[in-house]
Amino acid sequence: MSQSLKQPNRVREGGRIDRAQTLSFTFNGKQYQGHAGDTLASALLANGVNIVNRSFKYSRPRGIVAAGAEEPNALVQLGSTEAAQVPNVRATQQALFDGLVARSTNGWPNVQRDVMSLVGKLGGQFMPPGFYYKTFMAPASMWMTYEKVIRKGAGLGRSPMERDPDHYDHLNQHCDLLVVGAGPAGLSAALTAARSGARVILCDEQEEMGGSLLDSREQLDGQPAHHWVEGVVSELAQMANVTLLPRTTANGYHDHHFVTLHERRTEHLGETAPLTDGQRPSRSRMHRVRAGQVLLATGAHERPLVYGNNDVPGNMTAGAVSTYIRRYGVVPGNKLVLSTTNDYAYRAALDWLDAGREVVAIVDARKAPEGDLVEQARVRGVRIIEGAAVLEAKGSDRVTGARVATIDAETFKVTGSSDTLSCDTIASSGGYSPAIHLASHTGARPTWNDEILGFVPSLVKGVHAAGSVRGFHQLADGLANGCSAAAEALSALGFAATPVELPQVNTYRQGAACALYQVPHEKPTLRGPKQFVDMQNDVTAAAIELATREGFESIEHVKRYTAMGFGTDQGKLGNINGMAIAARCLGKTIPEVGTTVFRPNYTPVTFGAIVGRHCRDLFDPERYTAMHQWHVEQGAEFEDVGQWKRPWYFPRTVNGKTESMHDAVARECLAVRQGVGILDASTLGKIDIQGPDAREFLGRVYTNKWAKLAPGRVRYGLMCKDDGMLMDDGTTSCLGENHFLMTTTTGGAAGVMEWLELWHQTEWPDLQVYFNSVTDHWATITVTGPEARKLLAEITDIDLDRETFKFMDWREGTVADVPARVFRISFTGELSFEINVQANYALHVWKTLFAHGEKYDLTPYGTETMHVLRAEKGLIIAGQETDGSVTPEDLGMQWAVGYDKPFPWIGKRALTRSDTRRVDRKQMVGLMPKDPSVVLEEGAQIVFDPDHAIPMPMVGHVTSSYYSPILESGFALAVIKGGHQRMGEIVYLPMVDGKTHAAEIVSPVFYDPKGERQHV
Amino acid sequence: MSEHTSATTATGINMYDVRPTTEVPAESPLAWSYHHTGHPGVSQRSRVVIRERAMLGHVVLRGGAIVLDEAVRQVLGFGLPARPNTLNQDPSGERSAQWLSPDEWLVIVPGGEEFSLEAKLREALGDAHYAIVNVSGGQTLLELEGEAATELLMKSTPYDVHPAGFPVGKGVTTVFAKSNLILRRPAEDRWELVLRRSFADYLYRWLLDAGQEYAIGVDD
Amino acid sequence: MLHIYCPYCEELREEEEFHPKGQAHITRPADPDACSDEEWGDYLFFRDNPRGIHHEMWVHAIGCRKFFNVTRNTVTYEILETYPMGEQPRFTAEYPEGKPADQLNDAQQEPSRQEGVHV
Repeated sequence: MSQSLKQPNRVREGGRIDRAQTLSFTFNGKQYQGHAGDTLASALLANGVNIVNRSFKYSRPRGIVAAGAEEPNALVQLGSTEAAQVPNVRATQQALFDGLVARSTNGWPNVQRDVMSLVGKLGGQFMPPGFYYKTFMAPASMWMTYEKVIRKGAGLGRSPMERDPDHYDHLNQHCDLLVVGAGPAGLSAALTAARSGARVILCDEQEEMGGSLLDSREQLDGQPAHHWVEGVVSELAQMANVTLLPRTTANGYHDHHFVTLHERRTEHLGETAPLTDGQRPSRSRMHRVRAGQVLLATGAHERPLVYGNNDVPGNMTAGAVSTYIRRYGVVPGNKLVLSTTNDYAYRAALDWLDAGREVVAIVDARKAPEGDLVEQARVRGVRIIEGAAVLEAKGSDRVTGARVATIDAETFKVTGSSDTLSCDTIASSGGYSPAIHLASHTGARPTWNDEILGFVPSLVKGVHAAGSVRGFHQLADGLANGCSAAAEALSALGFAATPVELPQVNTYRQGAACALYQVPHEKPTLRGPKQFVDMQNDVTAAAIELATREGFESIEHVKRYTAMGFGTDQGKLGNINGMAIAARCLGKTIPEVGTTVFRPNYTPVTFGAIVGRHCRDLFDPERYTAMHQWHVEQGAEFEDVGQWKRPWYFPRTVNGKTESMHDAVARECLAVRQGVGILDASTLGKIDIQGPDAREFLGRVYTNKWAKLAPGRVRYGLMCKDDGMLMDDGTTSCLGENHFLMTTTTGGAAGVMEWLELWHQTEWPDLQVYFNSVTDHWATITVTGPEARKLLAEITDIDLDRETFKFMDWREGTVADVPARVFRISFTGELSFEINVQANYALHVWKTLFAHGEKYDLTPYGTETMHVLRAEKGLIIAGQETDGSVTPEDLGMQWAVGYDKPFPWIGKRALTRSDTRRVDRKQMVGLMPKDPSVVLEEGAQIVFDPDHAIPMPMVGHVTSSYYSPILESGFALAVIKGGHQRMGEIVYLPMVDGKTHAAEIVSPVFYDPKGERQHV
Repeated sequence: MSEHTSATTATGINMYDVRPTTEVPAESPLAWSYHHTGHPGVSQRSRVVIRERAMLGHVVLRGGAIVLDEAVRQVLGFGLPARPNTLNQDPSGERSAQWLSPDEWLVIVPGGEEFSLEAKLREALGDAHYAIVNVSGGQTLLELEGEAATELLMKSTPYDVHPAGFPVGKGVTTVFAKSNLILRRPAEDRWELVLRRSFADYLYRWLLDAGQEYAIGVDD
Repeated sequence: MLHIYCPYCEELREEEEFHPKGQAHITRPADPDACSDEEWGDYLFFRDNPRGIHHEMWVHAIGCRKFFNVTRNTVTYEILETYPMGEQPRFTAEYPEGKPADQLNDAQQEPSRQEGVHV
């Protein structure tokens, strides 16, 4: 048959693949075929592909070792196009699809002939931890060059350089019980909980649910195991209270039973999500699960034994051998040697025999193994070598033999002479490590269990565990344990557990396992063949031994020094072996050495799933005002102010030429100073304050006085924290005796609102006052400039007479037929009207102003012009002139501080502390550069003596700096030590380019110092 | 002078009807979104449909539950919801009152009723300590319907929208995408989203994006 | 992500809805002017940083906007109780299992407070 020719290791029948569906794929440029139901790994093994990668440090050829998430070697780069590139995919977890294109992650120019293996040999017999840094360190400047070459050879995949066509999303989930893992324990637990009426989520990382039952030799109720799985899964699928999530890895267990699950929705279908019904579903999805209780049925990872050259392709874990044969119909070799410490691994040999291939020998580290599986092997005539282990594998690109000898695990000695067995596959099993990762994420330290030779999870309140993760490796125990753990969880949730009748399964007689991690060798570890502990990071037993000799005693330090467990596999296969080796070297027990802490994520998660929809146009909320469309249509450039998009300036285009920002801002500034300008000020925070104690409250949160502000009047206020430092400012209008409208800075709105509530709720609940945000309800339009009154008069019924409607008054009336409140407040120093209208009508009012404004050359201006104009008047911006260390007096605003108010208002006490009374505090002043063409840099440091030796004492910095068209000069605001007493002095600003600017300290009010223009 | 209504109450509060009395173009907070992002039509395939109910009267009441409840009962004919995070409506469903906090409720009425509602409530409340604030220009209401509506909400909010956690008559202020809104469920098959004006475009674009796989449609 | 029981909304809400506001039960001196600089500095700047039971103030910022207190174990992150402003905790460093019933006032025996006990 052509099929067997193409897939030499595929068996004729059995497994959960569909031989009728043949799928083509490409690996390292070569075409292969596999079947539906294969993983990329099983298909590669079926095709006899031995080398799938090169190792990270020594560049040794590597093959597939495992069949699941613990795989350290078979990392591939997926994708036929640039945009579809996905790095570091474990071939063991990638479902095969037609047209899949994969490359080895490491290996340059290719995995068969690899340049970096020369570097590996250059390092000699053994490259100690830190080899690359130690070897390529000098000269330091060359490291960048070395690094490029080394990375090319030994990189860990690369990200796509083109836009990902797929999208990703999040789904927030809630349930009573989350069951992680759908093996025997997880299924029986989920069934118990589901039948009891609880909201259940069952997730499993594999392509189909069933876990170990998918490759089990056992029968349930006299049927193959998968029959029971199919029955349970279909029952659960029909229940409304159950959510089944296959292909979904529980990656992180966060606080209070918040668990993140990563569901791969389309990665088994193609390299990009296929279109269905014209829509592209999300490629993968992050489920953010808030669970009442969590049941971990995460199983266990088999530990390989650590022996010489245990990384040569053809070395595998025993369980992986069984999985490939029974689940995928692939025998990954012809002649097997099994090296084991336990009974359970015997099934690999039995499965191998069933597939019709030769078992050369089972090498059992135990002196007299006995148990049902051992008996079965004996009955079938398999040679069992007792009290022995594989010392080292032979071969380079593929195993050719196994050198075997009797050993004494206790004394770590080889006790007999060795014998080399000819074989092409060595399966090993050193026992089973419960997958305790998620339980560790909760902060609970696992405990060592001598009976199962593994760490079992400690469980915090609300977390349950069942099956192999607790060390119950027998099927019957796992099934029963699932039910009882679910019952515990249900009882905590207040549900009565509905008992589930479990299927009949055989109980096997099992002999005790023996403790063996690193296999002894005739030579000392440092001189013998390399014994790999962490294959992904090329950490050897010798490296760990060396680390302990160099004084690293804490396992956390050993880990960091050797990089053990730092790969994308997080040491799932190697960590316990590494700890055991460290323990042996330190003369301690494993529990004394302790375990390292597993942290999220369990397996790598693509950034797409983490980001979800929060990317591109939806990266962050953008807030718009009611006039946004008009701004866009006028070609405004926008500035981000918090989340708001505010017009920055409005460049004009004349004869196809667009103004520069400098020109646009100069034009806008002069328009306001000489004609009339208009600003969308809607983003200012606005807070409606009502209640008989509103006035008292204002007096406590502002530094100035509010007792006498009459309805119809407006006042500017400063708000400090209790440390006396300015936090926000704005005007507050008295709408009625007990009714005020407070404005805040754009960025401070939410903070001020919370601040008012804080003081009301926690310190002064007795005050009768309510605060409500009306920021979005009112749109605010500022009309400002000498012509402002004339323009506004055309469309308002409010009497704008300067005698009756004075500066710092507000009035009600219509503007463009819309009811409005108009405030005579000015942030430009010119005659100004701030118009508040209900936002739904704001665009109409705005457009009407323009319809009437043409004859006045009404000029829209943005935030940049607003900044220049207010700075010319020395008006501060909280957060620009201030940084949490500036008092009102530092700003020269003692006129806005009511020291004699009766109540000790917020900030008052701090303003009399010795530090706030210091005369050399940094104080706000104006700066005029000696060269008027210079615009000083904001943030530039100021010194008194430019000839002072470096480091020069720095005495302040520039807080705001612009070019003023009306002054025809650069000008700045700055804070300078003792600045208020230094008027007329010259200070210096040394710049990075070597230039030093000189500037004179002046009053911060540069324009119209008497303030006459705003009163006209 | 125009006919707009303004008054200062005996309790020293300024009351101001901000609706124009003449025909003036008005724009909902989503006007720009319709113009710029558009509105996909409703089709046979649409498993989610959104519909804006623009220009309604939105009024926030602050004060003691007992005092306010009596006044609301008098004026609207139904009382304030007593339990946290719940919603009361009149039989037509046109007028509703939602618990926002122990001393705060959101009342939504047909557009144009907000000022008279405020006036009547103030009359009923006399000199009790309370606050009434018209926020009609600051927010809008979106209805959300369809078989995929719940899943669309699950993509967007960490709040539990399963019937067990969100029965009919519930309403909460919660996180939505990277913003927040008021989410309520006035009927078995209908959700309501109360959006703040300045965030409305972001939330609208979010809904369309997240709803794309359900062929989301916007009902005019 | 903590799951926090809001004593005003009377249900558990996601941490995203809340802002932490530092140590609870910091009272502003009634007469600040009578405080020495040192006393005022203590009030402003000095906070406890215990390992174990700690009382914190939080605000349900995206929700009912009410401030309240949380007793939280800073090691395990277990929230032992949440309670409204003005009330005293039942769980303290002195009584990590909760104050005995005879030391509680009526408000502290409210059953709703128990619902806040959550890991």
